[in-house]
Amino acid sequence: MPRHRGMSRKHREWLAAALFLLPDVIGLIVFLGIPMVLSLSLGFFEVDGFGTYAFVGFDNYQKMFNDPLFLKSLRVTLIYVVVLVPALYCTGLALALLLKQDLPFIGLLRGMFFLPHVISLVVIGLLWKFMLIDRVGIVNKFLSRIGIDPQSWLGNPDYALGTLLVITVWFLMGYYMVLFLAGLQEIPTEYYDAARIDGARPWQTFRDITLPLLKPTSFFVLLVSTVAAVAGAQGFDLVYIMTKGGPANATSVLIFYIYQQAFQFGHYGYAAAMASFMVLMLLILTGILFVVTKGGRFDFD
Amino acid sequence: MWFLITAALGLITIFPVAWMVSSAFKPNAEQYSFILLPENPTFGNFEHVFSALPFARYMLNSFFVSAVVTIVALFFHSMAAYALARLRFPGREFLFLAIFSTFLVSLPVILVPLFILARELNMLNSYVGLIVPAIFNAFGIFLLRQFYIGIPRELEEAAILDGAGYWRIYTNIIIPLSKPVLSALAVFFFLANWNSFLWPLTITTDSDKWVVQIAITSFQAQYSASQNYIMAASVVVAMPTMLLFLFFQRQLVESIKTSGFK
Repeated sequence: MPRHRGMSRKHREWLAAALFLLPDVIGLIVFLGIPMVLSLSLGFFEVDGFGTYAFVGFDNYQKMFNDPLFLKSLRVTLIYVVVLVPALYCTGLALALLLKQDLPFIGLLRGMFFLPHVISLVVIGLLWKFMLIDRVGIVNKFLSRIGIDPQSWLGNPDYALGTLLVITVWFLMGYYMVLFLAGLQEIPTEYYDAARIDGARPWQTFRDITLPLLKPTSFFVLLVSTVAAVAGAQGFDLVYIMTKGGPANATSVLIFYIYQQAFQFGHYGYAAAMASFMVLMLLILTGILFVVTKGGRFDFD
Repeated sequence: MWFLITAALGLITIFPVAWMVSSAFKPNAEQYSFILLPENPTFGNFEHVFSALPFARYMLNSFFVSAVVTIVALFFHSMAAYALARLRFPGREFLFLAIFSTFLVSLPVILVPLFILARELNMLNSYVGLIVPAIFNAFGIFLLRQFYIGIPRELEEAAILDGAGYWRIYTNIIIPLSKPVLSALAVFFFLANWNSFLWPLTITTDSDKWVVQIAITSFQAQYSASQNYIMAASVVVAMPTMLLFLFFQRQLVESIKTSGFK
């Protein structure tokens, strides 16, 4: 077998590795790495649609904190995150516990909860917009039949964000259910058998066995849902389709406001500054998560 | 008893989807009717969807983009994952960490610079622009690496003793062994790309390059008074993903499950 002249086995491995990795690494650098760096530095410029860049230092950041729309958007985003993450955690876990059991047609049942997730957010937005139409939409018609006053669920600034959150949970819960199901299946049944023999009641079993052993999964769920809540596409898509940030900016989550500033008003530099701030927020939130859970490593003794 | 509760919750969960499908068959006069099933079901809404806008063209666009992204991504990611899992070289762990950290970078964060970059590279409003940026995402690399780490080494070691080069090992051993993971990821990628909205919205301006998700937003702006048309269009757009889900539910769920392990 001919060997490459002058190259040891070790170096051949290095060369092979480099070639195998080349396409992805180049792609990731060009389409993720460079934009990330650009995003951070673009915040210090004022850019217009024609490509003229003017260095403005921290002006964009100053403008941000004096911008009532930005501050409103920050508030909206915080409410969105603070409600969505626990909601997804609890719903996902509850559904997983429910569907872990040996029920007939279990595949079909699990499939029903996962179905919303395979449909595109655009279609989901249009579908719910249809169902929530003020007087003639099916939701209000149904509510009035059970004695609840029909509301403008998307048109009333007090209800719009909550409605959006409900729809988001409906869309995402199947995904988190699957994550928790995987985590629950990792728990050896011996623990449950032992608990049953000891006469433990369901709540005790849940608190003392299930929850602690679920820590790695819980951590992963919290991490993914936090990232999704702050910067995820589902936040943008649904707002764009259903409310465009309204009514009265009640659903103007940060990613939507950033998009608006960039592509509706052409303030690319300002938008980039806000995006950098959003990344900072994300880093802080995930940093807190890592610290509170001690780096996501869990020992079971 | 749990079965009844779960089944009831399940039916409530899919009710909106059922509503969408049934509304797609309702004639205009019935669009706001309270009953689930249409009294005079019709295919007319679907006819209108395909005649008012060249929806067939848009479906083709979506299919083309999703398929190409899926195939190229699987190819690139399996190569990179193999190198990260099996080949030894300096800086391997650091590289993996760097790739992993791109998870924090989601599209909305880099949308502006990515758009400007695409403009500089002359990729605006083109199939290249739709396809290429969508390929590069760490999720697939991560999952495949997990999988490759778990493969027993005997097969590869035997091949190395026989003098096989790394490319041959990759094509003759690794790829055949990864068929289950690759098919799971293929379903996942295709779905994600079919449903992708923000990036196509940003990079496309010519309507002949629209993917279905964009086409339907234009359609609904035009026909907002006829929800039956909009629901029919929705069914058309969602049907491929629902069918994929019907036939490949197991694969889809598997790829999500394995991603949950660090």
